[in-house]
Amino acid sequence: MLNFVDTVADAVAGIKDGSTVMIGGFGNAGQPFELIDALLECGARDLTVVNNNAGQGDQGLALLIKEGRVKKMICSFPRQSDSWHFDAKYKAGEIELELVPQGNLAERIRAAGAGIGGFFTPTGYGTMLAEGKETRIIDGRGQVFETPIHADVALIKALKADGKGNLVYRKTARNFGPIMAAAAKRTIVQVSEVVPTGSLDPENVVTPGIYVNTVVRVAASESRTAGTNEKVA
Amino acid sequence: MSIQSNETSIQTSATPLGRDDLARLVARDIAPGSFVNLGIGQPTLVSNYLTDDQDITLHTENGMLGMGPAADGDQIDGDLINAGKIPVTELPGASYFHHADSFAIMRGGHLDICVLGAFQVSATGDLANWHTGAPGAIPAVGGAMDLATGAKDVFVMMTLLTREGASKIVDTCTYPLTGVGCVTRVYTDKAVFLTGPEGVTVRETFGCTLEELQELVPVPLTAARAA
Repeated sequence: MLNFVDTVADAVAGIKDGSTVMIGGFGNAGQPFELIDALLECGARDLTVVNNNAGQGDQGLALLIKEGRVKKMICSFPRQSDSWHFDAKYKAGEIELELVPQGNLAERIRAAGAGIGGFFTPTGYGTMLAEGKETRIIDGRGQVFETPIHADVALIKALKADGKGNLVYRKTARNFGPIMAAAAKRTIVQVSEVVPTGSLDPENVVTPGIYVNTVVRVAASESRTAGTNEKVA
Repeated sequence: MSIQSNETSIQTSATPLGRDDLARLVARDIAPGSFVNLGIGQPTLVSNYLTDDQDITLHTENGMLGMGPAADGDQIDGDLINAGKIPVTELPGASYFHHADSFAIMRGGHLDICVLGAFQVSATGDLANWHTGAPGAIPAVGGAMDLATGAKDVFVMMTLLTREGASKIVDTCTYPLTGVGCVTRVYTDKAVFLTGPEGVTVRETFGCTLEELQELVPVPLTAARAA
């Protein structure tokens, strides 16, 4: 059931302690800051969070980690020049880390949304990130068995939604949005603009509304500017 | 670069190459029309030396083909960044796609070349470039394993020696591996090495002879036959 709500607080209402939450974004591009703020505000804890990174600076996911709401991160690149909140929690042994090569992370999320029970991939074969995992030689190449990552909730950011919940994104802010939308039981989207049904060209819809549960508008002018000029690894 | 006339020598420069000269050399070696991913750091310099005639399409792991140069001033757009999270620009003919598609482009063998940095490369082309394994170090892998495994050719750019003077071309990597037998070429300040199942050959040297290079590198080196 698709619903449109007026506030980010209403959008995240009902997210339970212990949930697995996928959060879109690569660095700051596509990161749904306002939804993350609302998640922090709503108080849910013991969360498992799936994101490419583990928070940057003093905003968004970084604050959720700082406040001790995240018990486990599933990500590919936690360590950055400004990931100090994650670094501190990790060194204190207060957060669990499942490190996943980025393409395996994306494909595991995609597999969940597509109903795939797992897949063999050459990425990571022969490395410490494949330790303990089933392997096979397929077409002459060593491959590692990877399982899907399902989520209770996905928080993502898109540019526009229409009345059916169809989404379009903007440039590289698309990143994990479409695959997370499909992989979660409940997908919550913040968009810059809600447009009338029929005004998006069906040929250009990136995420069909079937994957979307809740839409909230956060006007671009009210949303924190994504991206920084800072060089990070 | 001065080419020596001595036909038995593979030394093509009187001095070691600086980072920019090395980037120029890598750029020159990329075949026209290639689809290429440049890693973060030194490999990014290669883009400065790609020419319009080469018609190279750059891929960035966060979901774009047709990436242009770094954005400047009014061009900066937080929604348009590269893998290093630096604002970039789009070129005519660019395309955007989600992360699973972006890594399918790598894993599926559609990229012609990726250029990566490295801590170590083994004689058979094993790559170690993501983790020192040091106690207390927070591991972070990003797209390194996917790139190393997926691209048709994996070029490494690095200095040959560590600050302590140890060769980064090694018999067996001591750092945790990124990929097994994946590196095809290594561009360093002192030489260009070709790696593969048969071991290491040297295409050209900079500021040293093959014999002098062999003194530095603990695996057997032979001169590569000209292609």
